[in-house]
Amino acid sequence: MSKFKKKANVKQDIPTSSMPDVVFMLLFFFMVTTQMRETNINVKQQLPEATQLKKLARKSLVAYMYIGEPKKTEEWGKEPKIQVNDVFIEPKDVIQWVNQEKAKLQEFERDQMTVSMKVDVDAKRGIIADVETELRKANARLLLYSTLQRRVDN
Amino acid sequence: MPRATPDIPNASMADIAFLLLVFFLVTTTVANDRGLAIQLPPPPEALPPDMDIKIQERNLFKIQVNSFDNVLVEGNPFFGTPSELRDMIKEFVLNNGADPTSSDNPEKAIVSYKTDRGTSHKKFIEILDAAQAAYYQIYAERADVSVKKWLELSSDLANPENKRLYDIGRGRRPDGTVEIPMNLSIAEPTKAGGK
Repeated sequence: MSKFKKKANVKQDIPTSSMPDVVFMLLFFFMVTTQMRETNINVKQQLPEATQLKKLARKSLVAYMYIGEPKKTEEWGKEPKIQVNDVFIEPKDVIQWVNQEKAKLQEFERDQMTVSMKVDVDAKRGIIADVETELRKANARLLLYSTLQRRVDN
Repeated sequence: MPRATPDIPNASMADIAFLLLVFFLVTTTVANDRGLAIQLPPPPEALPPDMDIKIQERNLFKIQVNSFDNVLVEGNPFFGTPSELRDMIKEFVLNNGADPTSSDNPEKAIVSYKTDRGTSHKKFIEILDAAQAAYYQIYAERADVSVKKWLELSSDLANPENKRLYDIGRGRRPDGTVEIPMNLSIAEPTKAGGK
């Protein structure tokens, strides 16, 4: 029995003096990695799930487009809308937007620009196809349908 | 008179730091730049007008989705899981003339994917994912890597080792053509459902 009664002669409290340092370290990590979003997304964004995800190599070459039902339905209606930067656009304005985005890049990189489409699961194929037609005309043909990783492969 | 020592109480420092930490933890969004990559075809005007290619029926694998998200595969209703569809596409691509109703060879095999304007994006992605999975699995098996590794290496072709595996997987010939190109044709949607 005495076997169990033996108390280890070791100090059991965790030193708390270094805790602020640890916390500060974490704090700096998150401060550095946090990116404040510059655009407010005004459409619903529940992304679909897929398994075969590819990662974009260079973020500077990506232009983002959001499609979904507007969050303020009383103001904008329930039909899915296209949002770029901070405004809603119509499919016919896509070419102009692509040209604006391309103008931000170096000349030799312009044909490598990828459009990342963040489309809500409930959006219909029709509006997306309209955008794709315009993207083809604008010669921005690299496209990424932004999705989440599906956990289980069924 | 001794000068008062200006000291800051540092007992609460940890609390303040925690508060800030929690704030940044909550506001941090991990940028999600992952998804299904495709390349759109050139605009219709850029194609030569007389480009009316005849494709044999056997070399086409037709997937159709209507506005109710019902799927037709090769003309038959399909109720299976995406992985079943993936295996069907794989079989079709790698047929190499064995089955007379399936493809002649992977180079000629085309997966034709047609949706309706009323098809939901969710269904569209699900089927597209299955079709891409079929090709990526074929490539990965040929290059003898995992599918995950394949997806990684194919997005970084500047690395010569990645490029080498990529060419093995797709079967790149010296003249630049590819033995197993990803012939995935996404057609203009039909207009039956919705505007």
